[in-house]
Amino acid sequence: MSPVAEIKSAVVMSAVSKNFGGVRALSDVNLEVRAGEIHALLGGNGAGKSTILKILRGVVAPSAGAIEVGGVKLIAHTPAESKAAGVAMIFQEMSLIPTLTVAQNIFLNQEIKKASGFIDDAEAVKRARELFKSLDVDVDPHAFAGNLGAGQRQLTEIVKAISQKAKVLILDEPSTALSTHDVERLFTFLKKLKAEGVAIIYVSHRMDEILRIADRATIFRDGKHVITAPLSELTLTSIIQHIVGKESKGLTGILRENTKQDRVLLELRDVSGEYKPKQVSFKLHAGEVLGIAGLLGSGRSAIARALFGIDPIQSGEILIDGEAVSIQSPSDAIKRGVALIPEDRLRQGVVIEHSVANNIALSIFDRISSKGWISGKKQSDLAQEKIASLKIKTASAAHAVRTLSGGNQQKVVLAKWLATDPRIVILDEPTAGIDIGSKSEIISLIRDLAKQGKAIIVISSELNELLAACDRIIVMSDGKLAKDMAREELDSSSQKLNATEAMQYAEHRLQETLQEVRSHV
Amino acid sequence: MSDTTAPTSARFGDWRQYIIYLGFVGVFVFFAITLGHKGFLDTNNLLNIIRQTAMIAIMSVAMTYVLCAGEIDLSIGAVAGLASVATAMTMDIGGVPLGILAGLTTGIIVGTFNGFLTTRIGIPSFLTTLAMMGIAKGTSMWISGTKAIPILSDGYNWVFGGGSIGPIPFVLFWMLALGALGHIVLRNTTFGRWVLATGGSETAARYSGIKTANIKFRVLIISSMAAALAGMLYAGRFQTGRFQLGEGDELSVIAAAVLGGTSLFGGKGTVIGSIMGALMIGLINNGLILAGLEFSQQLIARGAIIILAVAISQNRKQS
Repeated sequence: MSPVAEIKSAVVMSAVSKNFGGVRALSDVNLEVRAGEIHALLGGNGAGKSTILKILRGVVAPSAGAIEVGGVKLIAHTPAESKAAGVAMIFQEMSLIPTLTVAQNIFLNQEIKKASGFIDDAEAVKRARELFKSLDVDVDPHAFAGNLGAGQRQLTEIVKAISQKAKVLILDEPSTALSTHDVERLFTFLKKLKAEGVAIIYVSHRMDEILRIADRATIFRDGKHVITAPLSELTLTSIIQHIVGKESKGLTGILRENTKQDRVLLELRDVSGEYKPKQVSFKLHAGEVLGIAGLLGSGRSAIARALFGIDPIQSGEILIDGEAVSIQSPSDAIKRGVALIPEDRLRQGVVIEHSVANNIALSIFDRISSKGWISGKKQSDLAQEKIASLKIKTASAAHAVRTLSGGNQQKVVLAKWLATDPRIVILDEPTAGIDIGSKSEIISLIRDLAKQGKAIIVISSELNELLAACDRIIVMSDGKLAKDMAREELDSSSQKLNATEAMQYAEHRLQETLQEVRSHV
Repeated sequence: MSDTTAPTSARFGDWRQYIIYLGFVGVFVFFAITLGHKGFLDTNNLLNIIRQTAMIAIMSVAMTYVLCAGEIDLSIGAVAGLASVATAMTMDIGGVPLGILAGLTTGIIVGTFNGFLTTRIGIPSFLTTLAMMGIAKGTSMWISGTKAIPILSDGYNWVFGGGSIGPIPFVLFWMLALGALGHIVLRNTTFGRWVLATGGSETAARYSGIKTANIKFRVLIISSMAAALAGMLYAGRFQTGRFQLGEGDELSVIAAAVLGGTSLFGGKGTVIGSIMGALMIGLINNGLILAGLEFSQQLIARGAIIILAVAISQNRKQS
């Protein structure tokens, strides 16, 4: 911890606000980061962390507030201005050219030249090697960036930022793609940079890392500043308390009836992928909603990709309705009655320029056509039925999906998959980017589907959503199933709580479990 | 996982990047043995191969830049024809210097259109240059009335394609000079490095502060300029400007670059490889003619050899 006597602020952001349309993403927040410290920026999804970092990096202009970097006021709010002020941000897997070598990447657009004006690659290799050496990391400057492992790529990106004389380094979930060994190297590296006076802003959901490496932390919640304090004054419990907060998130009113049937629709036995998941086993009954929780990179989405045949499993067994099946491709999965509603709905879920009716019929055109001719009546009947049953708000079935709100677009994706009449429905981040009202509607829909006897898996980083929707929650860590628990286990047995308090209690418990299983890996 | 991946070093690379040299030697030796008695190894025959492929080689130098930047240029064959016509017609009226100027201006104008439409309007270069191919060909047919326009200047014809120093055709010097220039600029200057970065990952290049649209604009102008020059060389060699000159060359040029190890997906390529690719195509053409194959058979054999070579030289795409 830096002595109070020589406090030098590298970044001072005061009373910063940002509105996106009518939504207030940040209101009057402060962020102060000192030279030579590692500052953790914490908060749940939608707390405003990435917005404030984008403002600091100059990618987004604030609606109000003042920003100073190294004593210089930022006025233009452009990436160039921030870069000139010494702010560098590690964009995951975005700032390296795979077809150039490590040394060429580090000095890209700041090439070292000989007297003749030609590029001096030998000198670049030499300087890159010196940079790596001074930071005690081992990356071959001759290697192509595209051939590096995730850890070395990450370190190369950081070295690239450093070579540009960055005074403020922003790392957003840097350890997600790294092995334990690489995380150690990253930490050693960051400590060195810190000793050299670089201000480091570190964003992570992994509290064990924060507790180990950060000097101070700032916590945001719902676009507001909650607290800034030295790590020595914070505990895991108090951090989680600040992140979760006390206000109701509006998901308390959802009724979770027990609709679980005896029949096991899906069973995984020791299922492993190439990398993740690792030996995962669980059973899912008809009428049951299973939640998969875990931090970023824990392998929660890997299960979905394996079940849907995107990354076919390497070992183990998948049983559907008691029968061992081989799922090698999404079309195999669809044939077996598995539907995956992907996270990135705009890219993977809907054809945004096509009509609602067209999108709903997209995967079953063969069923509503004969001899290649699509039956217009069958298509519009299908669309009308789904619009009514899922309460999709659209001017008409013929309107383009683009014209719908985020929540209603997601319902179209849902409708599209329900049209295939799946038995097992997997939803990956079903409410990402959706307003709170539509959120609870979608969760209610999930419960309805369970009532109809479907087996449902919900993958989410929003804990309150899992708690509202699921009968059972499994917690993933490092690709393994770390915990499998009934939803009730997270309720308080001793205290009498109202609905909002009960939800907070459960969220706190689940958050603790997530952190706990990490330290046991 | 990550720390166990052994990085492949750029110094050694994988053997596929040398396939063009091995292939070139292999094809050469094969023809030398099988067609030696038909005069394949005669100096005159070998120099003829140079004469016939120099223009393809010159255009493939520029195509290397276009492909490395992640774009494509299908208009080069038609542009070569248009430049030959523009040069011949202008020379007829205004003399040799004006004729040369007209040829080069043709390249600049077409390249500017291609670049503007691709980078400022956002039409993919595949479509821009496909459309430009028709426009350039139509223009050259129209202004020439589909007739061949003779070039009477012996000086022009000597410098641009027709002349020799002793037994060595002068186009060889054009090819070597432009090849060397192209190689050095791609390998040793910031412009070359930015071209490779733009095609390697446009997002990453932009995040590194490179003006990727300008890079793409410039490579498309370079490509049209090279095509125009090739057209002027054709015109000098045949002492005529004619719209059919260069017709269909775009495919040979792209094949030459890809044979030489340049990636159609951008970010990777060498000028020397492309020139070797062009020479190899010339070698194959020559060998097939000497072998006495009919034109129809030549087409089939050439297609098959190119597919084979490219299939071997491409890295298997990860599934």
